[in-house]
Amino acid sequence: MCGIVGLHLRDPALFPRLGELLSGMLGEMEERGADSAGVAVYGDPRWSPPGHASVSVLDAGMRPDVLAETLTAETGSEVAVVPLGSTYVVHAPMAVEALLAAVRAAAPEALVAGFGDDLTVLKGVGRPRDLAEGWGLAHAQGWQGVGHTRMATESAVTPAGAHPYAVGPDQCLVHNGSFANHATIRRELRARGVVFDSENDTEVGALYVAQALADGLDVEAALKGLCAEFDGFYTLLVSNRTSFAVVRDAIACKPAVVAETDDWVAMASEYRALAGLPGIDGAHLFEPEPERIYAWTR
Amino acid sequence: MDTMTDPLTDTTRLDLAELTLREVNRTLHEMTSGEVVVTNPRGAHSVAAGLTAPLLVTIAGHCGYYAAGMNQLADVVVEGTAGVGVAENMMSGSVRVRGNASQSAGATAHGGLLVVEGDAAARCGISMKGVDIVVGGSVGHLSAFMAQAGRLVVRGDAGEALGDSIYEARLYVRGTVASLGADCVEKPMRSEHLAELAGLLEAAGFTDDDPASYSRFGSARGLYHFHADNAY
Repeated sequence: MCGIVGLHLRDPALFPRLGELLSGMLGEMEERGADSAGVAVYGDPRWSPPGHASVSVLDAGMRPDVLAETLTAETGSEVAVVPLGSTYVVHAPMAVEALLAAVRAAAPEALVAGFGDDLTVLKGVGRPRDLAEGWGLAHAQGWQGVGHTRMATESAVTPAGAHPYAVGPDQCLVHNGSFANHATIRRELRARGVVFDSENDTEVGALYVAQALADGLDVEAALKGLCAEFDGFYTLLVSNRTSFAVVRDAIACKPAVVAETDDWVAMASEYRALAGLPGIDGAHLFEPEPERIYAWTR
Repeated sequence: MDTMTDPLTDTTRLDLAELTLREVNRTLHEMTSGEVVVTNPRGAHSVAAGLTAPLLVTIAGHCGYYAAGMNQLADVVVEGTAGVGVAENMMSGSVRVRGNASQSAGATAHGGLLVVEGDAAARCGISMKGVDIVVGGSVGHLSAFMAQAGRLVVRGDAGEALGDSIYEARLYVRGTVASLGADCVEKPMRSEHLAELAGLLEAAGFTDDDPASYSRFGSARGLYHFHADNAY
């Protein structure tokens, strides 16, 4: 099944509660998939401090202090490494491309789970509630968060197979469903030089969107292209630092419900993930129509 | 078990914030008559599913999947939205959703009346087998897909592929139809259809509607027999 949750906050008074609200939403979706989980948080000042680039790293193969020393020596900048569960969040006051290159050089076997100016991505194998507790997610702050609980169908239960897929700067994608023609599209992207971390179908979707955005398309155009090229079942939540978008395939059998108030927009696979949000009783609740792109920006 | 019956109204209150879903449904299954209010559903699945007695059940809030599924004899009101498959496989009785319903409302239902006061999403009445469904708003794509018997009334609009591969159900739509599915065609509104529709609207509480403002759709019966040309 898999479960998706996402929260896009409009009212800055709620920013300190992002992690608490997102934890509650993620926990409610544990029954839809409990083999692994992940979240993406936009704007936490401890994990992605303002003015710092941030890279989320899984399976770095060394202690966090060793990685911090290595990166500091290599870049000449003060690099911090924050261990959160099995993820290390690396941040430093420099350009994200430079920090990403330094991390890849220092820990070539590590999996980069996400990178950007405001984005922290945490993912792992295990029960979603346990993972969220290990990350200290309830204390996270920020303006936007996305989460996923996985019931693996298309690739192995590994951290690389867990969502979100954050393969472009400050971009993130989570998916409920399966892509039928992902092998074909993966071959086409590989021919263009795109590198994959897993055999997961969703990673193909994420890299397709990242490639389209890198080519200069906006989120809406990128998702229209995805709808035209990908076969299969999908409800997708696609975010970047300013936007929050939902799209479903033409059949739309994978569930999705959106709730909107003046203070926030939230999306989840099921209503019960939204039930604890402040002001939910007055929210506008609706189910996204097939192949229609819903996008909100800050 | 921690249930509470009001001596004045004889209404039993079951609070899902205090009781487990299993306890609530077990209590409902043990009752043979009476009125019940279920509070704090908060999107829980299968609330009031499998009822077999003439109870009057009000669910005070939003429900998750399969609310009032397989209903027989009971009258269930959801005071909020309902998730996937509300009243699926209903046999008799009634289910009323005050808000919107998610996809597959009334799926495979054999009898009874399902009223959705708001919109119903995709596949409303999929494989319906005798149920009457009245939707106050619009229905999504592929509604009445493979419908076999019963009536579907839509006061708003219908999405793509209405009545795809329909057998014998009768569909009444007041608004626009985005497209008709395979073998579904528009049919004339004769006097018996106007009377039938008026009865359905009255049963659902939409008495202000003029039945003549609706269009009727049903099966062209072209798919009953194999034809090579039936390759849609």
